[in-house]
Amino acid sequence: MKIVVAIKQVPARDSLLKVDKSGTWIEDADLSWEINEPDAYALEAGLQLRESAGGEVVVLCAGPDRATQTIREALAKGADRAIHIEMSHGASDPLALARTMAKALETEKPDVVLTGLQSDDLGYGQTGVVLAEVMGYPHATLVMSVETVSGGIRVKRELEDGWFQHVEMPLPALLTIQSGAAKLRYATLMGIKKAKSKEIRRVEAETASAAPSVRLERIYLPQKTKRSQIFEGTPQETARQLVEKLRFEARVI
Amino acid sequence: MTGVLAVLEQFEGKLHGMSYEALAAAQQIGAELGQPVYAAVAGAGLQQVAAAVAAYRLDKVHVVEHGLLADYTADAYTAALKQLIELHRPAYVIFPHTYQVRDFAPALAASLGRVLVSDVIAHRVENGALTLVRQLFQGKMNADVRFEGDGPHFASVQAGAFRSENAIKAESGGSATEVVTPVLEASRIRTKPLERFRESQRAVDLTAAERIVSVGRGIREVGNIALIEQLAEAMGAELAASRPICDNGWLPMERQVGSSGQTVAPKLYVAVGISGAIQHLVGMKGSKTIVAINKDPEAPIFEAADYGIVGDLFQVVPALIEALKK
Ligand SMILES: Cc1cc2nc3c(=O)[nH]c(=O)nc-3n(C[C@H](O)[C@H](O)[C@H](O)COP(=O)(O)OP(=O)(O)OC[C@H]3O[C@@H](n4cnc5c(N)ncnc54)[C@H](O)[C@@H]3O)c2cc1C
Ligand SMILES: Nc1ncnc2c1ncn2[C@@H]1O[C@H](COP(=O)(O)O)[C@@H](O)[C@H]1O
Repeated sequence: MKIVVAIKQVPARDSLLKVDKSGTWIEDADLSWEINEPDAYALEAGLQLRESAGGEVVVLCAGPDRATQTIREALAKGADRAIHIEMSHGASDPLALARTMAKALETEKPDVVLTGLQSDDLGYGQTGVVLAEVMGYPHATLVMSVETVSGGIRVKRELEDGWFQHVEMPLPALLTIQSGAAKLRYATLMGIKKAKSKEIRRVEAETASAAPSVRLERIYLPQKTKRSQIFEGTPQETARQLVEKLRFEARVI
Repeated sequence: MTGVLAVLEQFEGKLHGMSYEALAAAQQIGAELGQPVYAAVAGAGLQQVAAAVAAYRLDKVHVVEHGLLADYTADAYTAALKQLIELHRPAYVIFPHTYQVRDFAPALAASLGRVLVSDVIAHRVENGALTLVRQLFQGKMNADVRFEGDGPHFASVQAGAFRSENAIKAESGGSATEVVTPVLEASRIRTKPLERFRESQRAVDLTAAERIVSVGRGIREVGNIALIEQLAEAMGAELAASRPICDNGWLPMERQVGSSGQTVAPKLYVAVGISGAIQHLVGMKGSKTIVAINKDPEAPIFEAADYGIVGDLFQVVPALIEALKK
């Protein structure tokens, strides 16, 4: 079974963000980076699928040079090889990105494509579904687990309000993976060593599509609208003030 | 190409709560753009839902009926709504940003060569042009987005961004409905949905708690959760958590608050080391008094909080436990 896992490199979770001069992206020179959280779970699902069904796991990542680091980490965890679509930073639209990704996968003909549910930076929650549409694959979103059954796969989907649902579909198929589905593995020393010699195929991204249907005008820090009472000072002072407010103003303790 | 079409979600003959928000959004945007407003609802056996939708002020309600729409599948919904949109050519198509919409709307837009603007929190109309606001970086940044070229333009609206009580009812008689039967083939529906089910019964009922202390990833390690337990005890509160804490198995799933956990509305909700992502906020923003403890002054949770302490929880929480004893 050939399994492709789309992974994205995003700013580390606690990054302090500033808008850059273009006004449409963040200053990203000094940030640290990590794999998008749901993508780590997608990778884990891919590796487990390979363990049960055999085959190979190919990671697919679109991003600038620095993304190589995240790709190497995925290889160290056990992915067999990688495809790196070389692309500058910033906001691409999910349709343009999916078309580029589909092009890079043309010769691969994967049986299963896994993506994360949503990226922590752009947060479209769309790239997987759009990629399925572009590739002509059936898909399921918010997937918690995957098993092979005769004629294809059966997945467990998360629904709203604590409900779940099993869905069956033939292969090839695309799944978007929800966080928390499995325990993530760590890279072993051996894995890290091996990763250095694994293949990373680099492909150039096409130039942006001629007529995008949406345009990002600017990004900015959200304006505060609610007047919260914020306490500052030593921990003891702030704690004392808060307890007083909760007791005598809000009267909730 | 004209009009604003709200695509509503129903399940077993009942409208999804966020459908009313999408209705309100379409009515508001339609009024500001000076365009007619339509609604569509897809499924099988929709008489009752159709009547419920027609109670709102709409230029037309499209009732998309087909046996193959009885159980939701992305393939059937995409095909059916694509046909409706190609036939009626609305300029704008608005969805509630539900799990189901996440599952098919991006494909529907892509099948028409368009990009869905997902999870919209606000809008404005200037000189007849619509600007949408969406969040980036888990709510730490906002972005203004505009459509380019010809419609149909697609957008989904975030839970709570538009208020369902603002949806305007129809005057007497209700709005006109029209049943449409899409052309669907069973062989084109590639996924097979099986039974819906719930995991184990919930042993903890957070919805009954008067006070909740909730812990997020700022706690760093499972061993530190004991500290938050002490705080909860000192406040006479139940312990709850954000999703990553439950994902890691540090607390059981049944203590998760948010869109995929429980929705709570206690007298007091204390969020410790929680950033305030929308999927968490929807589960607790109905709380009467909200307290946030976070080291990042820009964390979106402060926007929801009545009281906040900016600081390191490992210093603030012990001090708080002390202060509560006095
Ligand atoms: C479809 C879907 C459904 C989801 N459902 C849910 C759900 O039901 N519930 C839910 O909670 N999430 C849900 N999520 C996940 C959600 O998007 C966020 O990822 C999650 O809520 C983040 O949890 P967090 O705030 O604990 O962690 P983070 O976002 O990592 O925030 C940690 C916070 O701790 C602060 N911090 C760090 N160290 C300290 C310190 N020493 N002192 C004080 N503060 C500190 C940081 O400043 C940061 O603000 C869902 C996501 C999706 C896509
Ligand atoms: N630049 C990228 N490179 C690789 N995968 C990506 C990229 N952008 C998005 N994805 C995948 O698509 C998923 C959803 O992203 P998004 O639609 O931006 O929320 C992510 O979790 C990734 O698996």
